[in-house]
Amino acid sequence: MSSVANTLRRSTRFASKHPRVGLGILLSGPLLWLLVVYVGSLALLIISAFFKLQEFTGKATTELTLSNLDEVATESAYLMMVLRSIGIATAATAICFALALPVGFYISKLAKSWAKRGLVVAMLLPLWAGYLVKAFALRAVFEPGSEFGNGGFLKNTIGWSPGFGYLAVIITLAYMWFPYMFLPIYTGFERLPESLLDASSDLGAGSIRTFFSVMMPMLVPSIAAGSIFTFSLSLGDYITVKIVGGTVQMVGNIIERALLAPNQPLAAAFTLWPIGIMVVYLGVMARLGAFKNL
Amino acid sequence: MQISNRSQFSLRATTYGVLVILYTPLLLVLILSFNTANSLTWPPRGFSTHWWSTFLDVQSAREALFSSTRLAFIAMVIAVVLGSMLSFALQRFEFYGKNSLSFLAVLPIALPGIVTGVALRNTFVRFGFDLGFISVVAGHTTFCIVVVHNNVVARLRRISPNLREASADLGANSLQTFRFVTWPLVRSSVFAGAILAFALSFDEVVVTTFTAGAGIQTLPQWILNNFSRPNVLPYVTVVATIVMVISLPIAWLAQRLADPPNDKLV
Repeated sequence: MSSVANTLRRSTRFASKHPRVGLGILLSGPLLWLLVVYVGSLALLIISAFFKLQEFTGKATTELTLSNLDEVATESAYLMMVLRSIGIATAATAICFALALPVGFYISKLAKSWAKRGLVVAMLLPLWAGYLVKAFALRAVFEPGSEFGNGGFLKNTIGWSPGFGYLAVIITLAYMWFPYMFLPIYTGFERLPESLLDASSDLGAGSIRTFFSVMMPMLVPSIAAGSIFTFSLSLGDYITVKIVGGTVQMVGNIIERALLAPNQPLAAAFTLWPIGIMVVYLGVMARLGAFKNL
Repeated sequence: MQISNRSQFSLRATTYGVLVILYTPLLLVLILSFNTANSLTWPPRGFSTHWWSTFLDVQSAREALFSSTRLAFIAMVIAVVLGSMLSFALQRFEFYGKNSLSFLAVLPIALPGIVTGVALRNTFVRFGFDLGFISVVAGHTTFCIVVVHNNVVARLRRISPNLREASADLGANSLQTFRFVTWPLVRSSVFAGAILAFALSFDEVVVTTFTAGAGIQTLPQWILNNFSRPNVLPYVTVVATIVMVISLPIAWLAQRLADPPNDKLV
């Protein structure tokens, strides 16, 4: 045992004299994983979009071709699907924002201090209830009824249900990712100094003016940070669509179908859509200061 | 700031309204798991504990519960080690490419899960790794690292460097400083990160679907494969309730251990 302790002591002394060695040791593991496994895989995925498919075996060759890209970029049915996915993700993000703003404001600025912590946790907790649990729960809410059954919660409490389709998908996605929008907006409100709001009202601004001219500009980075998650998670979704979407298809569904066809290069080419959209989106959000708030 | 009583009231109403919307569907699943009927119709036809008492006889569900737990535990352990290492490196040292690395550290959760899943699957298949338990662990670890890192780095930012310097001035070597000064301060955030990583892995379905071979079925996959089969459907409500009952208290605990957004630590 003492030899182990000795080696340990000697190596810590060595590491404290040479901090770079300590850094190297700390970074090697995570870097190997994130850079080599993760980023390497992403790079390989992008490259494989250019590979030709061997028709008989259904396996990707290493022969290069542009036909996959051509197919996913020009086929109008695919383009419509991409546009629809963007629309669904935007709508879900907008709903999350429209609700997170008043809720974040209320909890941060108006709620009694004893209720605050509890309310924040209550808003965040459903995030951990399980993705499929929530999608499935909303299936029970939206179930429109058919010859097999009498319809679900909405149908039999308020007498109306949107049924399975676009509206159900958008509401479900907003429901699932709301906490991701709420947390940064709430934190943003918490960071606003009271004195600024007082100064604004001392200078004669009403509460609405204060809200739009003082609070909103300072909240932009928080909103941007929250929207990254609501938008990205909605954009790539393909399972919610299966559970509450009826016949609706999103870009994730074609990726899955191409992959199982099996046509790996075509699936890879399809993933360039969400990757490209997210790169642009992250770029814009970074400009708005989102990464200071992640 | 002056806010009229009416706006105060409507803001409060919105807040509690959102809470009701968030929890009603979850409550619905809980109630439906005690339903006599095997459909999602409302109101429930009658009260029955049949599905709960026979749940453990459903072998596929039992196995799925076991493999999900094992998977989440292993992914959590690896992610805690790698995620903490990354946090220490990014917080303590200045080095070339540090900003890009911080950006990289959020990528696995900022890109849609399907991209991560398809990318990893592609790599495993191309390099001849069999899709199975190990490939799923690798997939889960990738995003679990990020969760642990976020928690730990948030805590490290709040610890004043003076403490470590004081410890060194008093003659402690770096190992002792870590053990007696840094670790007690970081500990709860590492636990919180670990819990969240476990919950996230337990819940994950997209990355699992693409990195799992034919032999692996996790609990979320079991739900996905069975929600449209009328005779298994009631068991899906039971499994969904179990997932909630396990993960909600755990997540609540993690929230307590993690940092409240604006508190200052020592």
